[in-house]
Amino acid sequence: MSRTLQAPVTVAFDYTRSTGPVVGRFLSGLRDGQVIGGRTSSGEVVVPPLEFDPVTHEPTTEFVEVSPVGTVTSWTWVPEPVQGQPFDRPFAFALVTLDGADRPLLHALDVASPEDVRTGMRVRIRWAAERTGSITDIECFEPVDELDEVEVVAGGPGRARPRLRDEAATEQSRPGEVSGAATTDPVTGITVPVSLDYDYAASPEESTFYRGLNEGRIIGQRCPSCGKVYVPPRSACPSDGTPTEEEVELSQTGTVTTFCVVNVPFLGQKITPPYVSAYVLLDGADIAFLHLILGVPAEEVRMGMRVKAVWKPREEWTFSLENIHHFEPTGEPDADFDTYKHHL
Amino acid sequence: MRDVAVVGFAQRQMLEFDGSPTCVELLVPLFRECYEQTGWTRRDIGFWCSGSSDYLAGRSFSFVQAVDAIGVIPPVNESHVEMDLAWAMYEAWLKIQTGEVDTALVYAFGKSSAGVLRRTLALQLEPYTMTPLWPDTVSLAGLQARVGIDAGLWDERAMAEVANRSLTDAEKNEYAVRKGGSSVEDLLARPMYADPLRKHDCAPVTDGAAAIVLAADDRARDVRERPAWISGIAHYVDPMGMGTRDLTRAPSAQRAAAALDLAGTEVAELHAPFSHQELILRRELGLADDVTVNPSGGALTGNPMFSGGGIRIGEAARRIWSGDATKVLGHATSGPALQQNLVCTMEGR
Repeated sequence: MSRTLQAPVTVAFDYTRSTGPVVGRFLSGLRDGQVIGGRTSSGEVVVPPLEFDPVTHEPTTEFVEVSPVGTVTSWTWVPEPVQGQPFDRPFAFALVTLDGADRPLLHALDVASPEDVRTGMRVRIRWAAERTGSITDIECFEPVDELDEVEVVAGGPGRARPRLRDEAATEQSRPGEVSGAATTDPVTGITVPVSLDYDYAASPEESTFYRGLNEGRIIGQRCPSCGKVYVPPRSACPSDGTPTEEEVELSQTGTVTTFCVVNVPFLGQKITPPYVSAYVLLDGADIAFLHLILGVPAEEVRMGMRVKAVWKPREEWTFSLENIHHFEPTGEPDADFDTYKHHL
Repeated sequence: MRDVAVVGFAQRQMLEFDGSPTCVELLVPLFRECYEQTGWTRRDIGFWCSGSSDYLAGRSFSFVQAVDAIGVIPPVNESHVEMDLAWAMYEAWLKIQTGEVDTALVYAFGKSSAGVLRRTLALQLEPYTMTPLWPDTVSLAGLQARVGIDAGLWDERAMAEVANRSLTDAEKNEYAVRKGGSSVEDLLARPMYADPLRKHDCAPVTDGAAAIVLAADDRARDVRERPAWISGIAHYVDPMGMGTRDLTRAPSAQRAAAALDLAGTEVAELHAPFSHQELILRRELGLADDVTVNPSGGALTGNPMFSGGGIRIGEAARRIWSGDATKVLGHATSGPALQQNLVCTMEGR
């Protein structure tokens, strides 16, 4: 038996972010198949554009379209891609200074091996099939066959810019100053899904608790300093920081110390309101825990009510507090306030 | 300014902690060591500050659970930073400077192995144009290493020399999780991992925790004959984007050094999770060739998230306590590719 119980846990959230005018201009451009940089007070063209000038701290207002073709200024091999990266097979991340820009853009470079990359190599954007206004509208960079670079034309200010044959034919993208606003329907917000996978471990004390539940028992621990019994047990007594060691099997009966009637429906709710969530102080414990009170009309639940655990059928037990389906009244007289007044 | 010294330090480092990411189990014995070193109880601690991240733990409010390790009756004066231990220490140093308290215990913890660390850290990046690509920590460091190699500022041999020296020094460090030097030739013969980085160029994914005790004036003198007096502490931040700064530089480290007096430093513990980053830091801090760098083995031999930087300060302070050195510095970094840097100088008097 391993020391602790472990289980996979995924924590996920879709962050919705407003873009503001500068990032929005950049992402609108990507959606429309254009790469938009911003000009700084020192005259540099930065891609993606900076929201505020690094020297004057003024908002960026001058936008420049740059070429989808550029030069690798640094790269690294990604031998074991992680979830969410542009490829699930080995690839390179690269910094690419696009023609017409002065600062590099970070993105993936689709090559088969590190032997196929070098600093200084020419690459171009491969656009995603469907574009929505996101950095992933750029699927990746891909190498430019040197024979494809047939013609050198004037690019951004004071620099030569190689031009691609197919690009010259389509006139899809011309470098130069562009207006601050995207032509139609500017991107104002994006959704960035974040999902993280963990191998979540319970503490040894929590593991004891959950193993007990799997056997129909409720296990707590006693603090050797102050004598208090915690359920679920903790790695240290929160009052004095002493590790708790002595295991205590607790009674299945207890007292309602406080409660609330749930009247509000919410997503994922399993019981139809109104119903009662209560703190139940098990006999012999010094800390109450939260559970459901069923088997009695909500309006009859009260402080001091004596309750007992009602377990699910044994074949449904697992390492979970949900093995206890709910608590219900024992029918005993209510507990005296003095018996639980220090546990509120 | 009040004289404040590092008077206590305890640490744990391991490849995989088989326990809850709240790390209470690790913190209780660390605090006990700090009490033993100082002769104090928890009631002698005027201020507590912790460093940790829920993204690492995979649960919300993990730092609140960690407070169990303190014991909070009577209530304690407590704070938290979602940063490395070194920044928690900075907050405590400020708190002592205000005069409100005379002592502080700062601690930090992280179970890096609970998730995929290099992926989790993508959440500290610019969220519009970087995080959606999930650039992992190793890749960002690789881009930085390549820029320096291409510019002729360092080469794979210089990186291997850093790694070999670190692995050799780590043999004397009971807490290091990777140790055992060989030779530069041997390291260079090992396969590339994230070209241009080999595995020994990258800090190992490390779980762990650490604690540092600060005390002012006579409280410090009561604890140790030779406290590590903090003579200066400074931290700065560089822009987040990988394209907008010269990756061969760490201007924030240079600026932190410029705010302090580093002359005469004998030992420097530098928080360099990648071998080339030690080379950058040496240059930015202007360290002379005779400065002993990372005698503990440094982050390449153990780098628990959220305490790896503070451990550098603790390791440097130990050299003052023992009388081995009179002036030392501890450095901590955070963010991608040395974006944030803190430098703390300490002296024996």
